[in-house]
This record gives sequence, structure tokens and C-alpha cells, in this order.
Amino acid sequence: MPTVTMTVNGRAVSGEAEPRTLLVQFLRDTLGLTGTHIGCDTSQCGACVVHLDGLSVKSCSMLAVQAEGAAVTTIEGLSNGELQPMQAAFREHHGLQCGFCTPGMVMSAIDLVNQNPTPSEHDIREWLDGNICRCTGYHNIVKAIKAGAEAMAAGGKR
Amino acid sequence: MYSFAYHRPVSAAEAEALAAKAGEARFLAGGMTLLPAMKLRLAQPTDLIDLARLGDLRGIKVSGSEVRIGAMTLHAAVAASAEVKRAIPALAHCAGVIGDPQVRNRGTLGGSLANNDPAADYPAAVLGLNATVHTSRRTIPADSFFRGLFETALEPGELITAVSFPIPERAAYEKFRHPASRYAVVGVFVARTGGGVRVAVTGAGPCAFRATQLEQALAKNFSPDALKGIKISADGLNSDIHAAADYRAHLIGVMARRAVAAIA
Repeated sequence: MPTVTMTVNGRAVSGEAEPRTLLVQFLRDTLGLTGTHIGCDTSQCGACVVHLDGLSVKSCSMLAVQAEGAAVTTIEGLSNGELQPMQAAFREHHGLQCGFCTPGMVMSAIDLVNQNPTPSEHDIREWLDGNICRCTGYHNIVKAIKAGAEAMAAGGKR
Repeated sequence: MYSFAYHRPVSAAEAEALAAKAGEARFLAGGMTLLPAMKLRLAQPTDLIDLARLGDLRGIKVSGSEVRIGAMTLHAAVAASAEVKRAIPALAHCAGVIGDPQVRNRGTLGGSLANNDPAADYPAAVLGLNATVHTSRRTIPADSFFRGLFETALEPGELITAVSFPIPERAAYEKFRHPASRYAVVGVFVARTGGGVRVAVTGAGPCAFRATQLEQALAKNFSPDALKGIKISADGLNSDIHAAADYRAHLIGVMARRAVAAIA
């Protein structure tokens, strides 16, 4: 089996992975980072969104070997003791109910804010095309992302 | 997903050589269609040839008369490119309405064209703008590239390297988007150039095609009104759970009028 080497949450990691191993399986099963969720398995729900070299991607739709040499950030990599501002905004604005979609929502939202520091409600709703939530009706998620964007702008992005 | 051998060549020549040796090889570009299809076991290649390390297949170059985009350039990069937005805003717009942000962060121009999904967006732009597809072996004009359902003029093992889009006077892309899949139920790309008007339709038939009836009407009078009353035939159009053929035929007219209205 080939060995895959990448940087995950700032740490160099390597592990064995068959070519058919998905990045999300490698993160969850090999590295034990179960914060990244598998929701649909058909590339639609966005629960598995992580950052690959700074861009949000669906980790269920790429192979672990494709991430060779790349820098991956998962939900576990955001906090350094205290919640990252976007995470804090989701808590503050109750941007979740069951929480299953939340890791993907937060990772997706941070990518949005990195590219567009002051997104409008419309920008946010358009951006969430690739993230499905079956509980909240999105209302509080949108509020949370707006507040998270403001907090990130005020406190510097992380 | 069934197991397969994985290769990571660093040149187009090496990629072609690997494909020639393999039982049933597939090139892996962004993987936004191929990998989900493999997960569902709809595609079962013996060998996957990852094009990610072919650096010269990435990038955007705008010269006086054309925009040349490398096959491995991400949809997100085309959508965000200031140069593309200046030269052919409709092309940047088209790239920006493909799938969702995460799909646009992985999906590539070459991958979309080689796959030739009947509801993909890029084929409409390539055909509407009369682009040229550059491959590892030759150049293929848009008019002879799209052959049928998931079928292109590409030969086995032939690799798309870039696409050059002539810069039109004006162009627009209007898409009636499926709300769940984000694919085009119908998408219409209209381009007005010194050489005439081209109208390309995606989502409606087995692959992208030109609506010559609409082109002729627009050549005489480039306005949405010129398209009023033209009845598009539903013959040969797709009928599925998302839309019936006659509804798609109707949408072609609606999307075309919207596109023309945007640039008339």
C-alpha cells in the first residue's frame, strides 16, 4: 500500500492508504479526526468540507493520494484553545440544531470570508449551495456567518 | 469504489504513454464527476492517471483576440479571473455558476469538456464562443468536438491541454439551474461577434448544440423580440424526471431571450 504524506492542521502526517481511499476516510479512519463528517457520499451535502491548500473542498470527492504534499485543515485545526471566531459565531447565533452539518458549514464559511471579507446575506446564501442543513432552515446559519465574518474582520482571520 | 492503479505523471507525454499501456485508463482532472461515478461503480477504470502535476496545463492567458485557458485550470480560477472578466465576462460568469463553490475549487475546464455531460455548463460556452480545443495531438474546433451523450471527438488516450476562446463583441450565458444538482436543466450561451451570432444550448439535448433557428433570427435583428414566436421543436430533446422535452424546448427560448436582453 502506498504511503501518503501531507500536512494536517499544521502537523506533518503520513499513513498508508490504498489509492481508492478517500481523503475523508484517511482523515477519519487513519488519523482519527472524526470532526469531518460523511453525510451523503454523493458529493452534495458538504458535511465533509475541509480546506486543501486554503480552498474549501469536499473531502469525500477526492482521494487521499491526491492530497499528497498538500496542507489540509479540518474543523479540529481551527481552535487554539478558544473557539475560532466563526465557530464562536455559530454557537452565539445558534447556527445549528443537530450539528451534523456544522463542521462543513464552518469550513465553507471561513473560505467564503477569506475570499470576501464582507459578504452580504445574498453572497452567503449563494455560497452555501454546497452545504445542506436539514434542521435549521439556514436562517441562523446565515446570521452566524455574517457575525462570524465581522468577528474575523475585527480580530484578524485565522 | 473498486481498486485501481494510481499514476501521477509529470508531463502530457508520460500521461499518454501510461494510458496506452493500461487496460482501461481514465485521466483524473478535478475528479468532480469521475470520482463520484467510481464510488457508485458506474465507472471502473483499471488505471487512474492523475493530471494534477502537469503544471503547464494550468493558467489563463489573454492576448489581443483570444483567451487561452489551460485544461487543468479550476472553475473557481476562471470565475475569479480579472482578465477573463474583462475580456469575456460571460465566460467568467459561466464558470461561476457551475456546481457549488467546492466543486468549482476542484473541477477543471478540460475535465468538464472531456466528460461532456449533457447538462454541463462549459460546453455551451465552448460552442457558443466558437472556441478551439487543443489536445496532446491536434486542435479540434468546437463545432466538431461534441459528438453525443458523454461522447467527444477525443480518441482513446488523447488529452485536452487547453482551450482558446476568441473574444466576442458581447456574450451572455443564462442558465435554468436544477435546484438540487446545480446542473443546467437548460443553459443558453449567446455570442455576438464580427462573424455573426452564435447560440449554443446545453442541458436540453444529448450534448451541447447550436440553435441555428435562433441564430438566423438574431442575425437579422439582435433583440429579444426577434425570438418571440419562434417555436423550438422538442424532437430529440431530453425528457426525464426533471423536465419534459417540450418544457426544455420552451426554456431554450426563454433563456435565449434573457441572454440576448442582457447584451442587446
